[in-house]
Order: sequence, then C-alpha cells, then structure tokens
Amino acid sequence: MAQIDVTLAPARRKKSKKRSLWADAWLRLRKNKSAVAGMIMLATILIVIYSSPLYLDYDNDVIKPDLTHTLQFPAEGKLLGTDELGRDVLARILWGGRISIGIGVLSMLLSSIIGCTLGAISGYYGGKTDGIIMRSLDVFMAIPSLLLMITLVSVMKPTITNLIIALAIGSVPSVSRMVRAQVLYIKGQEFVEAIRAQGASDFRIIVMHILPNAISPLISQFVMEIAGLILAISGLSFIGLGVQPPDPEWGAMLSSGREHIRDVWHVTAFPGIALVLTVVALTLVGDGLRDALDPRMKR
Amino acid sequence: MGRYILKRLAQMIPIVIGVSVIVFLLLSLSPGDPAKMILGLNAKEQELQLMREQLGLNDPIPVQYFNYMKKVVVGDFGTSYSTKQSVIEMIGVRLPPTLILSFGSLFTILIVAIPLGIALAVKQNSPFDNIMRVVSLFFAAMPGFWSGILMIILFSVHLGWLPANGFDTPSAMIMPIICSSIAGWAVNSRITRASMLDVIRQDYIRTARAKGLKESIVIRKHALKNALLPTITSVGMAVGGCFGGSVIMEMLFGINGMGKMMIDALRQKDIPTIMAGVIITSVIIAVANLLTDLAYSFVDPRIRSMYARRRAQRKEVTGNGAN
Repeated sequence: MAQIDVTLAPARRKKSKKRSLWADAWLRLRKNKSAVAGMIMLATILIVIYSSPLYLDYDNDVIKPDLTHTLQFPAEGKLLGTDELGRDVLARILWGGRISIGIGVLSMLLSSIIGCTLGAISGYYGGKTDGIIMRSLDVFMAIPSLLLMITLVSVMKPTITNLIIALAIGSVPSVSRMVRAQVLYIKGQEFVEAIRAQGASDFRIIVMHILPNAISPLISQFVMEIAGLILAISGLSFIGLGVQPPDPEWGAMLSSGREHIRDVWHVTAFPGIALVLTVVALTLVGDGLRDALDPRMKR
Repeated sequence: MGRYILKRLAQMIPIVIGVSVIVFLLLSLSPGDPAKMILGLNAKEQELQLMREQLGLNDPIPVQYFNYMKKVVVGDFGTSYSTKQSVIEMIGVRLPPTLILSFGSLFTILIVAIPLGIALAVKQNSPFDNIMRVVSLFFAAMPGFWSGILMIILFSVHLGWLPANGFDTPSAMIMPIICSSIAGWAVNSRITRASMLDVIRQDYIRTARAKGLKESIVIRKHALKNALLPTITSVGMAVGGCFGGSVIMEMLFGINGMGKMMIDALRQKDIPTIMAGVIITSVIIAVANLLTDLAYSFVDPRIRSMYARRRAQRKEVTGNGAN
C-alpha cells in the first residue's frame, strides 16, 4: 500500500501542477457561453477598430468635410450614411472607437496603479495611515464621480491627456476601496505570516505576495470599470467637455447628431449602437472573469 | 438611534469641509481671471485692479478660503460672478428640478426593479426570465443620453406625444426621469432577482410553504424583506450616480437645474456658484447615504436590534465603571 501511495503521489502532483490558476480560469471561462460570446464580440470590435488606420486615412476619410453630401442616409459606399458635414459615419465610428476605448483603458490603468498603491498601503499598514488615506478618499467619494470629472476637465484644458487624468482621479476612490478590502483579507492569512517570519520586507510582502493574490478577484471589476469609464468619456464629450472636434468620439458624435434628429436618425443611432455593443461585450467578459477567477467557484 | 443619526451628521462636517477645500483650491489655481469675467474683456486695468481688491482676489488663497467659509457657515453663498444674482436664490430656483429628476428616477427604479426582480426570481429560467436577461444586459449598457435621444426621436419628433424640452409639466418630466432610470431598472432587477433566489432556497421559506401559506404571502411577507438588503445598498449607491447623471440629462432636455447651472458656471469660472453647487450636492448625497443606512434597520430587525444592543452595552460599561 505504502509503495502504491509513493508512486501515485508524484504523478498526481505533476498533474495538478500543470494547471496554474490562470490556466484553470481559462478553462472555466471557455465553458461559460456568455463569456465566450462576450470575448468574440470584444475581439471583433477591437480588431476592426484598431486595424482602421490600415484602411482609413485620418485627414481624408475621418475629418474632411464634404458639404455636397451632408446628412445622407445609409447607402452603398457610405454604409452608415454621412453626418452634418458630409463625413462618413462608419469611418468616424471606427476611428472614434480607438479614442473611446483607448482613453477608457489608459485611464483604468492609471487609476488601478494609483488605486492599488493607495489601497495596499492603507490595508497593509492600517491604523493612522489607513485613517488618513480612507478619510481623504471619502472626500472624493462625496462628490458624484461624473461631477468630479466635469470639474477637473473644465479646470484643466480638455486635452486627451487631461481627460485620462480626470477620469482616473474620478475612479481612484472606488478602486482603492476594493483593493484595500482584498488586502485586508489576504494580510490575515498564514502564508503572509510565514513570509514575514522569513524576514521579507514590507515592500516585498506587498508587491510579491499580497498584490498578486489581491488582484485576481479584482480583474473582473477592472474590466467592468473600463465599460463605465467609456460611458463617462462619451458623457463628457456629449456635453462638450470631452474629446474636441474635429476628432471623432462616440459621445461627441451623438452630441453633434442631436441637432439633426428632426431630419435624420442614423447620425445618432449608429454611434450609440457601437457604444452599447462595446459596453455589453465588456460586461459579458467581466462577468465571465468574475465567475472564472472566484476561488469559491472552484471545485 | 437618535444618537447614531447625530453621530453620522457630525461625520459629514469634515467631509464637506474637505470637498470645499479641494474644489476651492482647484478653482483658485486654474487659469482665468474672475475680474475679467465680470467686467468684460474691454475693462481697464484700473477697474480690474479695483474689482480684484473688492472680491479679495489679491489675498493669499488660504485667507480667501477662510473668508469664503466664514460667510458660508451663516448661509451666505455670495453673489454669482456672471449673473450678479445671489447664489442662494439661484439655487432655490435650480435645485427643485434636479431633486425631482434624481429622486424621481430613484423612485421609478425602486417601483420597477423590485417587482420585476421578484417576478424573474419566481419564474426562474422561464422564457420571460431568459429574454429579460438579454434585455437588461443591453439596457444596463445604454447611456442615458442615448436612450434620451432615441426617445425624443420616437415620442417627440415622430409621435408628438411628449415635449423634448423643459421640465415644467408632468408630461415633460416623463422622458428625463425614465431615461435616467433605465440602466437602474436593469441593474437592480438583476440584483433583486439574485438575492431573491438566494432567500427562496432557505429552510425557513420551505417551512412557511409547508405550513400551507399561499405562495404570494410567502414571497411578500417572508422572502421579500430579507431579499431587499442588496437592492437597498445598490439603489443607495446610485444616488450619487443619479446626481452626476442629471448634469447630462439637464443638458439634453434643456432643464434649468443644478447641473446646467454648474456647467455654465464652470465655463465662466463663476467660483461662488460652483462652490455652492458642489457643497450642496455633497451634503444631499451624504444625507441620502444616511437615509439608506437607516432603511436597512427599517427592513431588517437584526440591524435595528444592533443599535439597541450597543446602547445596552454602553450602559453596562458605564455602570461597571461606577462600581
């Protein structure tokens, strides 16, 4: 009996070693139908949008007005019609998507860097440090994030860099709260105690051991947050504080199309559809990731 | 309970002060000269200098802030730089539409999402449930300003049923309120459905059914109250979103509310108006959060008894101290 156990054990260990957390999560994600649908949608959107510079020329196709063909309905050649300056709506949706999604992802990256730093420090050290950081974040939480973003953008100039900064600041408080809660939970576990007993520095414990464990449940939240930020950018552009003309952006396109809703519907319908499809895809992927990465789901 | 409310109100003070400091700093450090905004571009340097002196703009920023807050504490929010009106009077006119819009949409979220969530949980995995799953996915992804445009195209332009502008008559209020609550319907009906399903599977519900109670009573009297907590949390957190979102809805529907006032004020660097708008908004949101927490104890007697227990503990501690 003992011999069998000895021979079996390494084999079993090998088998379980083959699948890391991520491989495991990937397997579960692949089994989830709606997550797969979301990933296919998202991949299609990203490929089509980010390959647009290959077949579109910014100066000629995206921003060049053609006043002889304004507000034309969808037809051959101009699949989604033209806008109030005669520009191809499809080309502008594709180009604008690069801006919307790009700003969304970059500002999420920035806010997760700031949020992880603040949340990790706050959760790990606790006490006065925690109090100071959390109370100052409470102040930012007290202003609705959209209003905060509007104030920040209008105080700075509405360039794309400033937009990213404003959006990031608007979402930092909620991100750091999520990170802090995770860090608090992981800090109490035995393996952290063990690493500390080995003499690891605080920095090493946080960066090498706590954050990697804290982040996997947060990834789905971050993906959902990107969707929220994309909606926020279009909201800002819609009231004229976001991406500035002539650059196309979905919210800005909706805003300029709004003046012509009495005559044509396609100028406002299609950018909105692009926006909704992107957000739906991100939500599906985020939902799937949450189920796949949640350790409680593991059997 | 009364003590708890007082404590929470006291906690609001440092937060409101923090908000005012940050916004004041942002505005004071940003480029643009308020004196020029008031007197126009053709003003002479001498007049500008006089105006700056009058407004106290030559003082150091901390002194300016302190002088401003001294007035705010007694309820004087100053005079608007751009309209020359008293800010408090402006807000008296602008606040009601925003409040109706925000709390109206919170109210419609509650009355649509909770019954819908219950229905979906009861009819779990029915065709209705499956269709609504997809519908709510798309509704939750729709920005209010886009659904607003679509509704204007349909109901104002083509059918002519509802006005596309303003907020004076009940018919004008329908579209803005619905647009700013559509996403909330979707999200909160999913939350209610999920927590309802959790509760329905518990033993005490089986007991209630085994007693021979009617299904409608089991759901309404036994399951609903326990299932509502996550929905209350989520709706409570939506208060801020509604206020932020109302800025965009006010721009879309041409409503003369706080949001539109803030945007105009920000464009003209009208510091007194912006400060008052931000401070009042943050107070309203803090009060709404407090009400949410009180709603918990209203729905869940366990939370209510926690306050009572804490009070009892305090008495015990002080009693022991005396001995």
